[in-house]
Amino acid sequence: MPDVRPKTEASLRVLIVDQNVMRASILEEGLREAGYHNVTVLREMHNLMRRIVDIDPDVIVIDLENPNRDVLEQMFQVSRVVRRPIAMFVDRSDTDMIVAAVDAGVGSYVVDGLKKERVKAVLDMAISRFHAFNKLREELDSARQALDERKIVERAKGILMKQRGMSEEAAYALLRKAAMNENRRISEVAQSVVTASSLFK
Amino acid sequence: MSDVTTVVGFIPLMDCAPLAVAVEKGFAAGEGLDLRLVRETSWANIRDRVVVGHFDAAHMLGPMAIASTLGIGHLKVPMAAPLSLGLGGNAITVSLRVWDLMMAEGAALSAGPRALGEALRKVVRARERANKPPFTFAMVYPFSAHNYELRYWLAASGIDPDRDVRLVVIPPPLLVDAMREGQIDGFCVGEPWNSVAVSVGVGCIALPTTAIWKQSPEKVLGCRLEWTQRYPDRVQALVRSLYKAALWCEQPENHSELARLLAEPRFVGAPAEILLRGLSNRLCLQRGEEVERLDGFYLPASHAATFPWVSHALWFYSQMVRWGQVAFDPEHVAQVRATYRPDLYRLALDKTTNVPSADTKLDELFDGVRFDSDDLPGYLAALPSCS
Repeated sequence: MPDVRPKTEASLRVLIVDQNVMRASILEEGLREAGYHNVTVLREMHNLMRRIVDIDPDVIVIDLENPNRDVLEQMFQVSRVVRRPIAMFVDRSDTDMIVAAVDAGVGSYVVDGLKKERVKAVLDMAISRFHAFNKLREELDSARQALDERKIVERAKGILMKQRGMSEEAAYALLRKAAMNENRRISEVAQSVVTASSLFK
Repeated sequence: MSDVTTVVGFIPLMDCAPLAVAVEKGFAAGEGLDLRLVRETSWANIRDRVVVGHFDAAHMLGPMAIASTLGIGHLKVPMAAPLSLGLGGNAITVSLRVWDLMMAEGAALSAGPRALGEALRKVVRARERANKPPFTFAMVYPFSAHNYELRYWLAASGIDPDRDVRLVVIPPPLLVDAMREGQIDGFCVGEPWNSVAVSVGVGCIALPTTAIWKQSPEKVLGCRLEWTQRYPDRVQALVRSLYKAALWCEQPENHSELARLLAEPRFVGAPAEILLRGLSNRLCLQRGEEVERLDGFYLPASHAATFPWVSHALWFYSQMVRWGQVAFDPEHVAQVRATYRPDLYRLALDKTTNVPSADTKLDELFDGVRFDSDDLPGYLAALPSCS
């Protein structure tokens, strides 16, 4: 489990991703003024995935006007290892409407410019929302895995029943016994049965 | 109706043309619509702002609307696509270095997807034998026609898009620089970015994606389902004005004016003469070469280009399943079908035009595999399987 205790401004590792020098320095300055000293700016998009792993930031800050948002999204989809909370900042006149984005849990955390007094709140919220969402996703993943495992056990039982003329209970007992003998999960044994049977087809 | 403003987001690409024209040439006003366009910088922003209601509708990647309805990769918010924003308009561009290697393996400009795929496969295999890192190809978003077209062509050519090459996302305006700096070896994107790469001499257009799939689907007008239910009149007015704007966009006598309009920084912000290439179906494939006529490269209106075929939505879904973005689920099929809305299209246009009476059609891509949207598992089984 990641450490979810709120860190202080001084210890929080913040990564700014922006190729635009001007925009990146405005973000950096704003964060430093708000007391964040552990700030890294990445202006190179090359090898971004590797760099995120190396820097291991607690939160990534990106300007909403930066088209590289799509690059980050895809990376997070591809790899859990680089997935990090994102805080987004924007200087727009329609920011009042953007508050709705936060409420809707869109995953973007936006504030009216980089007002010093709001930076901490936004970064903290980005991180806590991220962990809450991640927890949900993990629960969903494990629920899905449990369902997949049940399905594979059902299929293995079916194969045994058909090929060895067993009852359902006997098929299940056989799978369980094999799993205990080999010190494996029952779903793993079931998977081998299904694989083996497909080879004999 | 015009006392309320309808806000529509768009990404600076050639195929935002009907939206720009609907406002600038008065088609929206003619339908009593006060249409305000907002230029956006990333697809994720487009999606988020439609989801939370900043935008009433948007110039949206077809697969993005479907992913949102199904809740893949993000929040589950049902979308409705009452209109398609044209067909085609994309191409696959490779760096000059890769093109030289492909030519050494027998590739030639306009040789078609089979021959070019064969040449690329040989280059990829030679690299593998030499223990060189795989090529990096870019596309613009995981849920996009660009991603699926590129993957389709690679896989049909015997190149596994997940193992034999590296696929990354890079936003359209940054692609040409990334290619110039050698970060990427090829990309699949909409115009004008292929033509920009050619004109500055960093890339060569290997394939318009219409060579992979003639009259292939692209973007849609994407709205929250709930918005379409709340404002049926505005949906109809929007569909009618974009339909008329799309007809205007396709007229050859309007192409120069349209190119100049889109060239403005508030729309696409690329040179008018470059935009004109895609708009007029005359691409220059490599710097210094003659311009080629590619009929049907970009169709804003004709061939029912604005009709939201349900079979197009189902093809996108089939590719999401094929590439592991989502596991096939029969329950998804109904939700995917319900995302593209030919019924809303007909409601807006039936009296004035020839609207297709079917919601689906059979399609066939360049490799001859037929797509029957009623049999997704059968279709997926017929495609070459990769890792």
